[in-house]
Amino acid sequence: MFALDDPQQAARGKDGRAPDVFRIGGWMPMREFGESEEVDFAIVGTGAGGGTLSCRLAEAGFSVVAFDAGAWWRPLEDFASDETHQHKLFWTDDRVCDGADPLVLGANNSGRSVGGSTVHFAMVSLRFRPEWFKARTCLGYGADWPIDWREMWDYYDEVERALKIAGPVRYPWGPRRPRYPYRPHELNAAALVLARGAEAMGIAWAPTPLATVSAPRGDSPPCVYRGFCVSGCSTNAKQSALITWIPRAVKAGAEIRDLAMVGRIECGGERVAGVHYFREGRWRFQKARNVVVAGYAIETPRLLLNSATPRHPAGLGNSSGLLGKNLMVQANQAVYGLMDEEVRWYKGPPSLALTEHWNYEDNKDFFGGYCYMSQGPLPVAWSNIVAGARGLWGKALLREMENYNHQVGLKIVGEVLPDERNRVTVIDEKDRFGLPLPRVTFSYGDNDKRLIAHSLEFMRQSLEAANARDLWDQTDDTCHLNGTARMGADRRDSVVNSDGRSWDIPNLWICDGSVFPTVGGVNPSLTIQALACRTADRIKALAARGEL
Amino acid sequence: MSERFPAYDVLAKRRTPSWNETTRRVIDQRLAIPREPRFFAEDEFQTLDAICARIIPQGRARPPVPLAAMVDAKLFNRIEDGYRDHRIPPAGVAWKCALHAINEEARRLKSAPFSALDTVDQDEMLQRCQNGTLTSASWKGMDCALLFMKRLLPDIVSAYYSHPTAWSEIGFGGPASPRGYVRMDFDRRDPWEAAEAKPGRERQAAKENVRVG
Repeated sequence: MFALDDPQQAARGKDGRAPDVFRIGGWMPMREFGESEEVDFAIVGTGAGGGTLSCRLAEAGFSVVAFDAGAWWRPLEDFASDETHQHKLFWTDDRVCDGADPLVLGANNSGRSVGGSTVHFAMVSLRFRPEWFKARTCLGYGADWPIDWREMWDYYDEVERALKIAGPVRYPWGPRRPRYPYRPHELNAAALVLARGAEAMGIAWAPTPLATVSAPRGDSPPCVYRGFCVSGCSTNAKQSALITWIPRAVKAGAEIRDLAMVGRIECGGERVAGVHYFREGRWRFQKARNVVVAGYAIETPRLLLNSATPRHPAGLGNSSGLLGKNLMVQANQAVYGLMDEEVRWYKGPPSLALTEHWNYEDNKDFFGGYCYMSQGPLPVAWSNIVAGARGLWGKALLREMENYNHQVGLKIVGEVLPDERNRVTVIDEKDRFGLPLPRVTFSYGDNDKRLIAHSLEFMRQSLEAANARDLWDQTDDTCHLNGTARMGADRRDSVVNSDGRSWDIPNLWICDGSVFPTVGGVNPSLTIQALACRTADRIKALAARGEL
Repeated sequence: MSERFPAYDVLAKRRTPSWNETTRRVIDQRLAIPREPRFFAEDEFQTLDAICARIIPQGRARPPVPLAAMVDAKLFNRIEDGYRDHRIPPAGVAWKCALHAINEEARRLKSAPFSALDTVDQDEMLQRCQNGTLTSASWKGMDCALLFMKRLLPDIVSAYYSHPTAWSEIGFGGPASPRGYVRMDFDRRDPWEAAEAKPGRERQAAKENVRVG
């Protein structure tokens, strides 16, 4: 009944077939392109950016080959219900982290799978606040996006329908939006604590819009509240790129190559010509008319920096000097406490309720915003939070861990402002492919610290109001990676234009969180997917005008 | 150790719909981990074992979790974290350096190797390591507090709480695939979840926990 093949050792997307993610041992036909055949698009990365774009470009009739360094999982047979084993979903190659606040990478912020980080994301699917697209003009900080929010509103709508987001009928914040396609999930006790606290504080709250279905959808069964979402969904309720955009892409004629690490983009002169990638024991070359980089905010600048040529000595598409700069994580601090009642926060998706109050309220002592959500870490994650934040060990740790079923918490996704000193560079040390390792430099700025202090104080009051006791703060966590190849309206202060197209090299594109000029106070995946849909439509329009 | 979840054994669910075949295979492997060191030398392993016993003191109620072997296996199998704090060397180097330094500090300050100290002295040594007050040359310039908080503590704690014994101890439901959960509200448990011993109702909880499956 179980396939003996190990998808981390042997590529599955080959010989004219791709794994059927919905069936144990199943296959589906996949178109194959020759390496010397010049395809319309070679896309590097298959997550929220690359997976979505592969699908939309293939459906528009372009020839597409997408590459991913990770495995092509069939969740039903490959995913154990176990935090530790599922580390296999994370990007765990070495990255050197420095700065005043060295980042912790590899788990919640870096995926290595066909489907990218969406295979282990927490499914939180939020729209940006409209003003964030003009943060500089409307709110006085960061940079403006070169895209109008009303256009994004339509693409958000498309992605929410494509993923059958489960959410409330009326969302309390921002301009009108359609009701979410699927009904909201039942709240667990941890989420009810957020609701109690918010009501006591007099602010709005809502069931979190989530990309896991609350009713059957095609081959996806409704979510059964296993609670292992960030370790990968073994039932396929989660609407990751792996089970949504990717199968659609393959059906539309795209070819996806798994276990394929792209190491260099070939650029002979003013245009790129294809990608050099390592697969099945040797380096290979795929010819392409266009190359799209969608490797997320570390691997994207790393690949472009590692592809430098004498003509582009500072890396491809880097005439602005901004490639790798303005790395933005999001602040991910939390307050935890104990309830007298049993909560059992391991049940259900980890963040079933949220408030975006402080994203839409501007009377505060910092720029930007944050949302906060209820929490449900599993034991390994929880023990690391307790030991890491409080330095507990020995009997004190064991006693604290025994309170697991009474624990609750509120955690922010907070906006970090762009700062050119926070950046990705490459160093001399090489990885197993012989490629220079990325160095990731990060320090919180003063505004970030004010945001964090504000959030911790507010969440503390809110938990107290919900009758939680023995409260303490987790002050050091971050999530998400964005901003190292920002888009803009002017080639002097951005890496790509609003279409994700390089200002310097017209057939080079970027389609992932790297292009964000600002990150806002919400999880980025919905916005990355919406941008990918927009990029696909723009490419279609440009091609029709002969401007590709 | 108080018994919050008397008679609850998460492994009793192994043959229920909460565990699929892939999960059974993964947990079986974890339970069958080799007890002999493959990454560390024998004397290093002895120090590691003694440190693990203080970070996670294990009672006699259940067979002990082989923490030192689990840390050894992580390093032997080169399970990477995905990042390297620039102040700390790669995992294997950091671990070996820390074990040697702690041992040398123990000889210097307490005139015996760490593993031969009594538990009070061992705790004091670890406390000083955590506080950053061990500063002899044996640390090769590294910050012992950073090594303790970023390498030693997370690796040992992650090993323990990845083990079914720890899940039973804290009343975690354990693997849940394909069967998840139904009762989501306060003070509600599914019949396949641990019952907590409320004061005066320990026997009731034990009875419920024997039926968990």
